[in-house]
Parts: sequence; C-alpha cells; structure tokens
Amino acid sequence: MATFIKEIKTTIKDLLSRKGRSFLTILGIIIGVAGVIIIISLGAGAQSLVLGQITKLGSNLVGVLPGKSNENGPPTSVFGVQIKTLSVADVNAIKDKGKVPNATDIAAFVNGNVTIIAGRESVDTSFVATEGSYVRVQNTEMTKGTFFSDEEGRSGANVIVLGYDVATTLFPNGNEIGSVVKIKVPNNNPSSTESSNSIPFRVIGVQKKMGTVAFQNQDDQVFIPFSVGQRQILGIDYVQFIRVKIDSSINVKPAMEDIKRVLREQHRIKDIENDDFSVRDLADAIKILTSITGTLSTFLALMAGVSLIVGGIGIMNIMLVTVSERTREIGLRKALGATRKNIRNQFLFESIILTFTGGILGILLGILISYLVAIGARFAGYDWAFIISPFAVILAVSVSILTGIIFGLYPALKAAKLDPIVALRYE
Amino acid sequence: MLIELKNIVKNYDNGGVVTKVLHGVNLSVDEGEFVAIMGPSGSGKSTLMHTIGFLDRPTSGVYLFDGENTEGFNDDELARIRNNRIGFVFQSFNLLPRTTVLDNVMLPLLYSGEKGNYETRARKALEAVGLGERIHFMSNQISGGQKQRVAIARALVCDPKVIFADEPTGNLDTKSGSTVMSILEKLNKEGRTIILVTHDKQVALHANRIVTIRDGEIISDVLVPTSERVHSKEIKEED
Repeated sequence: MATFIKEIKTTIKDLLSRKGRSFLTILGIIIGVAGVIIIISLGAGAQSLVLGQITKLGSNLVGVLPGKSNENGPPTSVFGVQIKTLSVADVNAIKDKGKVPNATDIAAFVNGNVTIIAGRESVDTSFVATEGSYVRVQNTEMTKGTFFSDEEGRSGANVIVLGYDVATTLFPNGNEIGSVVKIKVPNNNPSSTESSNSIPFRVIGVQKKMGTVAFQNQDDQVFIPFSVGQRQILGIDYVQFIRVKIDSSINVKPAMEDIKRVLREQHRIKDIENDDFSVRDLADAIKILTSITGTLSTFLALMAGVSLIVGGIGIMNIMLVTVSERTREIGLRKALGATRKNIRNQFLFESIILTFTGGILGILLGILISYLVAIGARFAGYDWAFIISPFAVILAVSVSILTGIIFGLYPALKAAKLDPIVALRYE
Repeated sequence: MLIELKNIVKNYDNGGVVTKVLHGVNLSVDEGEFVAIMGPSGSGKSTLMHTIGFLDRPTSGVYLFDGENTEGFNDDELARIRNNRIGFVFQSFNLLPRTTVLDNVMLPLLYSGEKGNYETRARKALEAVGLGERIHFMSNQISGGQKQRVAIARALVCDPKVIFADEPTGNLDTKSGSTVMSILEKLNKEGRTIILVTHDKQVALHANRIVTIRDGEIISDVLVPTSERVHSKEIKEED
C-alpha cells in the first residue's frame, strides 16, 4: 500500500514536472468529457424547458389536428403541410354537449402572417383567428380592454386583440383601445376582390405580457375573430387546429375518444386506419418532444463519445512516446528489482491519472459552459433550468478512467516487457 | 560458493547474425571476495557482469547463485534477486532525475515489498557512504562523486550479498573516484562481496583477485599480492 501511494505521488510529481505536455495530452479528454457534460446538461435543460412550456398551457387541453399520424410522431401538418380535412362543421359537432360531454370549451384556429398598420407605425406579426372561447381555453388575461366575446367571434366583427409587444410597437403612447388598425391582406388570397386589400379593425383589448409558451412568443401576435381570419384574410374554408378544454384532467383520455368518435362520424370513417385527423393531449406532446430531445442528446452524446476515443488515442500516442523516452529509466528500475507488474502499473497509473485529471477538468469546463448557456438562455427570456445530473458526472469520471486503462494498457505492457539490459543500453 | 558459473555461453542474435560474446566461461566467486574483471572493450566483460548480475540470461551453461541453479527462474524471481540479493552501481550513475537523493535510495525498498521504515533504512545507507546531509537535494543538484555515492547507497539499501560495480569511477575525477573506491573497500571489509568491472589497472588493484577476459574467454585469474594492493582514502570533496 505504501508502495502504491508512493508510486502515485511519484507519478503526479513526474507529470507536474512537464505540465505543458501533460495538459496537451489530456486536452482531448477534457474536450470530450466537457462535451458529454454539456450535451447531457443542455438536453436536460431543453427538456425541462419544453415541459415547462407545455405545462404552462394546462394539462387538461386536447388538440385536434388535421391529418393522420402514428402514435408517437407528430402529424404532418406540424411541418407546414396544409391538410384541409377539418371543417367548421367538425368544430360544431365537437361542441355538441351530447357527444363530448366533458368538453367545457372549444376553440377553432387558423393563423398566418400579416402586416398591421396603425397610423405611421406598422409591424409584421402573426395573427391567430379564433373564437371568443379562446380566452377560457387558454386562460388568457388582458391588461387593457377585453377579448372579443363569443358573439363577436361568431359574427365576424372587425375587432382585434393585440399581443403586448405588438401593442407597444404600434401604440407607444398606450392609446390602443378604440383605435383602428389596418391588416394588409396577402395578395395570394383568391377571394380578395375588394379594391383595397387592407381591412380595418377596432382594437378592443391588449393581452397581458406572457412571454413564450410552447415556443411561441405570445406577445408578438394578434387575435381576430375566426371567420374574419379564415375567409377574409386567408380565403380558406377549413380549420387548421382545434383546441378543446376538458373539465378535469382525469377525463382527458375518455374525452379524446369521444372526439375521435365524433370526427369519424363526421368524416364517415369506419376503419380507424383511415383517420384523417389526430387528437392529442399534452401527455402525448410531452412524450413526442422528450423522445425527440432524447434521441438528439443520445446522438450528440455519442459524438462526444467518439471525441473521447480520439482523446484516448492521443493519450496512447503520448504514452508510447513517454515509454520510449524513459526506456533507460525502465531498465534501471528493472535492474533495481522492479517486476513487470511494477512497471506496467507505473505506466498504467500515469495514464489513468492523466485521463482522470482530464475527466475532472472536463467536468468543470462542461459545468461552466452549461452554466453560461443557462444564463444566456435566461437572459434571452427562456425559463431555462441549469441541470447537472450526477449520472453524467459519474459517467464522465468512469469513462475517463476507463479510457486511461484501455489506451494506457498497450504502452504499459510494452514498457513492462522491456528487457532490462536492452533498456539500460538504450540511448 | 556464492557465484558459480559453469561453461556460460552468451550469443547475441542480431537478425540472423549470431555474435558470440562469451565462449564458455567458468568462474567461481566466494562470499566476501573483491573481484575485479578486466579486459579491453569488446572483450565481453560487461556482458559477463550483466549475466552474473541477472540483467541478462546466458544462452547456455549453468549459473549457481548461492547454491541455487538460476536457469529456470522466471522474470519475477529474477527481479526479486536483483532487488535484494545483489546491488548495482553503474558508470553513469543512473539516478532518477527530478527525484530527491532520499527517494532514489528508497526506490529498491519500494520494489522489495518489505516491511519496515524505508526512510530510516535509506538514511542509514546514505550515512554508510558518507552522505547524511544532502538527502533532500534533487539528484541533479549534486556532484558526480556524490551521485555515485548515492548510487552505492541505493545498491546497499536492501542489504545485498554482492555489489556489482560497472566502471564505477569511469565518469569521475580522481578525487571522487578515490572516494568511491574507498567506500567499496570498506563495504568489502564489512564482509560484502564486490565484483568490479574496469579497464583501469589502478582501480582493479583495489581488488584481491583480478580476472582478465579477452574475446569472451577468461585468460587469467590471479590473486593480487597484498603488497601490490592499492587502498584509497576518502577524500572530502569541497562542496
């Protein structure tokens, strides 16, 4: 045991006496381990961000999207493919109390990008065309005025609710309520036959500052009645998205089944296989997103693992150089009674101490960078959690020690095998 | 008999070209002897010493060390003998760089696996060679003569039966060389067997027996008459 401690001390002293080279030797390990730590930390941070964003919406919401999808993947409409299988009639069918008894509120959506003009100010933003029920479905709060009523939504009144950022851009003086803004209708609207292609809206409300929810900046958008957005601005007759609020979270799953039944009835679908819609709750969304981030971090962690292997090869390379530089010393040690095992262990210790140190430095670097990223993300307004999992740290330490053993073994065995007299004569 | 060589042959095989270095050497050394092996360079004297010192194995022949046939010894057994039955002193000192004098002397003890206080033993060995003082100096901060004394202390520290010295004065000035020889003489007087390789007659005359080797064969093996023996005194170096 005394020998063991002495040997480690000697090795450390030896490595410290050539700091520059030792550092360069372990640089690969430092980077590799830091990479693993950062990726795992960012993966966990991103995951918690996603979960946070989604749970902000509330856990008793069900989304209906056009287009079929398998159980774990998102429907293609998520990727911007326009599928026109949902209609206002479907929305009304879901609203039928007898068919989906647990649904408390239903809101249909279409959205797009528009330019809004108020006097001399104008802003490019996205609009959400929805129903008066939106405010109950999403638990939205107003800082000024009100959201449009169910009646205004249904009749397609030209009223508009501004997101917080839009309001401050267009009305720096804060006199939004009652003012009139104009929405420029995109030219590709085939039903736009009016000579003037902008529609005036009266501002009736400004939404409270909300930040980002589900990765949408809630403050950089405007809300208009559903039919206005659908017919007058987009010129379409289908529904892009339906959100249903369920009375309690335990009823979410049965309500989803009810909605599916209603839609199959509406679309005259007999075989589930032929579904042309997707009904999702947040649990599904969470599952999908975590599986995406999970796959991504596994992939990135593998990449970092590859860099550890490269780092390990660097260690092996330097250890081989060290062995040949110290051939005489090995010969001397053998002449003084060192066994093969003694020599093998000496060099194995050296490479393990190197990679272990690299591992520790890599962990510290990784934690530092993850921390800076977390600060940066928070600064950018994301609710980013700084997470360092003990698992990642333990993994990094054991992998770095393992790297030392694996890549140090060959040079160490080579040193141990040296013939004492040949080694002593080596110049 | 401490060392008994019977018909030792050593060949070197350099990629098919076989060089015969020792052609059947017979040699016996008793415990307590001081033997000088002389010979011109290339005569095989170093090879002979490396073979006796277990740094190299003979190609054929029998080597009895302290009555044991060493032929079947494996690497670990040989390492063990090198560690605590014999001690080596080299021409070029071979101290570990960036390591203190004390740690250098302790090194064989670390490999011995023996119990006891290594530091005390190392200090004792250093005192035996007259170096009680500079034990915390780095091995490269001391003079050549001191280095060789450290090397002798290192050879002594495991209390071996025999010390092999390969041209121990070869890299030293006369004064330091004289000190080194006086230490070897003293150790021999205390009962330790010394085997010395040299090509310097004056150095060889410190021994009580001179074995001359040429072309891999012993050509003479004579006792040194007491009247001809040279004795060195320890000369204090000016530090």
